[in-house]
Amino acid sequence: MRWSSTRPRTGVWSTCNKTNSRTLDAVLACAFIVSSASAIFSFSASAEEKQLSIYSSATSYSVSVKPHDGQDYVALLELLQRLGPVTAKADGSRWKLRFKNSEAQFENGKTRVRIRGRDVNLPMSFVLDNGRGLVPVSALSILLPELLGKPITLHEPSGRLFLDNTAVHFTAQMNNAAPAGLVINFSSPVNPMIATEPGKLRMVFQHEAVVAPGSEILTFGNKLIPSATYSATNGAAEIAVSAAVPLFASFSNGGRTITISPAPQASPTAQSVAPAAATPSGQPQTAGNTITNSNLPVHYFVVLDPSHGGSERGAALSDDLGEKTATLNFALRMRQEFETHGLSTLLVRNGDETLTLDQRSGIANRAHPAIYVCIHASSEGTGIRLYTALVPAAGESHGLFIDWNSAQAASIDTSQSAATNLAAEFSKRRIPTRSLVAPLRPLNNITSAAVAIEVAPFTGGVSDLSSSGYQQQIAESVVAGILEVRAKLVAKP
Amino acid sequence: MIPRHLIIGVAVMFVVALSTGAYVWHMQGSLAKSVPDADQTHPLPPPGNGPSEQVTLYVAHDDTGSLRPQSAQIPLSGGRQERAEQLVKTLLQLYLGESSPHPIAEGAEVRAVYLVDPGLAVVDLNTAFAEKHRSGILVEELTVASLVQTLSSNIPGINRIKFLVEGEERESLAGHADLSRFYDVAGVDRMISQMQTGQ
Repeated sequence: MRWSSTRPRTGVWSTCNKTNSRTLDAVLACAFIVSSASAIFSFSASAEEKQLSIYSSATSYSVSVKPHDGQDYVALLELLQRLGPVTAKADGSRWKLRFKNSEAQFENGKTRVRIRGRDVNLPMSFVLDNGRGLVPVSALSILLPELLGKPITLHEPSGRLFLDNTAVHFTAQMNNAAPAGLVINFSSPVNPMIATEPGKLRMVFQHEAVVAPGSEILTFGNKLIPSATYSATNGAAEIAVSAAVPLFASFSNGGRTITISPAPQASPTAQSVAPAAATPSGQPQTAGNTITNSNLPVHYFVVLDPSHGGSERGAALSDDLGEKTATLNFALRMRQEFETHGLSTLLVRNGDETLTLDQRSGIANRAHPAIYVCIHASSEGTGIRLYTALVPAAGESHGLFIDWNSAQAASIDTSQSAATNLAAEFSKRRIPTRSLVAPLRPLNNITSAAVAIEVAPFTGGVSDLSSSGYQQQIAESVVAGILEVRAKLVAKP
Repeated sequence: MIPRHLIIGVAVMFVVALSTGAYVWHMQGSLAKSVPDADQTHPLPPPGNGPSEQVTLYVAHDDTGSLRPQSAQIPLSGGRQERAEQLVKTLLQLYLGESSPHPIAEGAEVRAVYLVDPGLAVVDLNTAFAEKHRSGILVEELTVASLVQTLSSNIPGINRIKFLVEGEERESLAGHADLSRFYDVAGVDRMISQMQTGQ
């Protein structure tokens, strides 16, 4: 009987007795170290993936770059999806694409493309890969103006594509008056990822089209902060500030100004506690993504997890819409809305990546968010179904090692408060809402407040799930609901 | 000259060997006939070899996203394990029917239900059940809750249920409902009561 070999494996945790607890602690410690190392490795490996970032006046996002015959390619459908209604159909070696009112016809292995009835030559051949149309990145400067009907700017070496006049410029100068510091002014609000290392503070701009100043190396003639450098690679810009002392970044002017100044001399305990407490405190501009010690994890206010992805498609919502695509679209919309309100947001996946449930919960728990929001989509029923975890009977926790399957237990009350507020916000917008509990991973494994949202069509048509209006309504409700309960989320130990 | 008793002994052994061979060949043939091709199996109706009893099935309804109790008169045999199997097979037949309130895929069946003391029931589903199940949190949750509630309400003493697929542990039913865990009947009760009232 095959299941008998399974049962001891699943039951090992609950059947261990206390006499073995020391051995168990050691085993758990090893397991924790190994799993953490593998999770960190897999996360950093995915972070190394080549990306192309697209900046338009309405949105910014990234798509994966795939190597083919030594050249960089992108999936054209994926690239255009956020810019307007687009459909594609493969027919043998031919691939037809319709974007808004433009039609384009490609052929596998050919460089000639027919767009709006006229032929255009690409520098490299088009590739049809399992029904997905891939075009060389270098061809985007030829293809996109034809399809979009407007000029674009492609910075191929840095993997950045500017569709409208979206460039964010900046100036940097030392302010020698107290409090002394380097003041960087941006032409639009920014919300970079910030990390420090000995002698350096790095700001990475993934979602903002920050472009180079006149010179990529800026010098300030200051002993504490002598210089800063600008660089752009793999779809992101970075400003690295060199310093002789530990630095601290603070935001002001609605996110348009970042002031870099020497960090106050704090005790080690205060340093380790400050980021977690400060992030959700309503001052995202000072601590949202800021850390003052490179050994500390980065903290976010919210972690958004678009469920499924990669080889795991999730539910087939329609012939051409998978759950993984719908959830990513909703998540991106929510991230934009959170960031508009100055709340730092981490997206568990930003593209079509396969992640295990353990990897998802690992990423979320390492970010120590005030709240984790998991997004699902369904073609059945209407409106929103909000879920909190059905936490299984608590296992044994040993010191710092919390039982993995009931890690949510300590935060379940906060999760339910958040779900109640979210339900109220959806109801205000007349979106049918149900609040439920569910045996749904990885909710059980999340150590912070955690909710799952299953979005079904508003009126019953699956096309609602692709409607930007509906996505925006959902995103606004989520942000409003979480803002309502922010004080409670922050108060959570 | 070969001794007579030796000739008789060899002859007897030859006859015994032949008879044994014929018997084994016959048994293999019978076994092949009695085991149907796995691809051609269908859910069996509950055996009618016991007295009829009134049971309560907790039936999932997709239109309301909730469970509704439904009485049924079905023949149940004496053993707890057999009764458990008959119950879930009856429930599945209802879901496989034409006017099913919660359709499941053709070919879906429960391979076996094992009752393991103390209070643990193990429900072994077949591949079609999981692979072809509709995907979604609510739709999967309804299936799990319906099976758990029907079993625990009709078979006294069950307080935990574990789902396997083809005898093996599986991460989720169809991408959502967690099958890696043991389901506490008390927890599922809470889940169901929220389903009935959740606005």
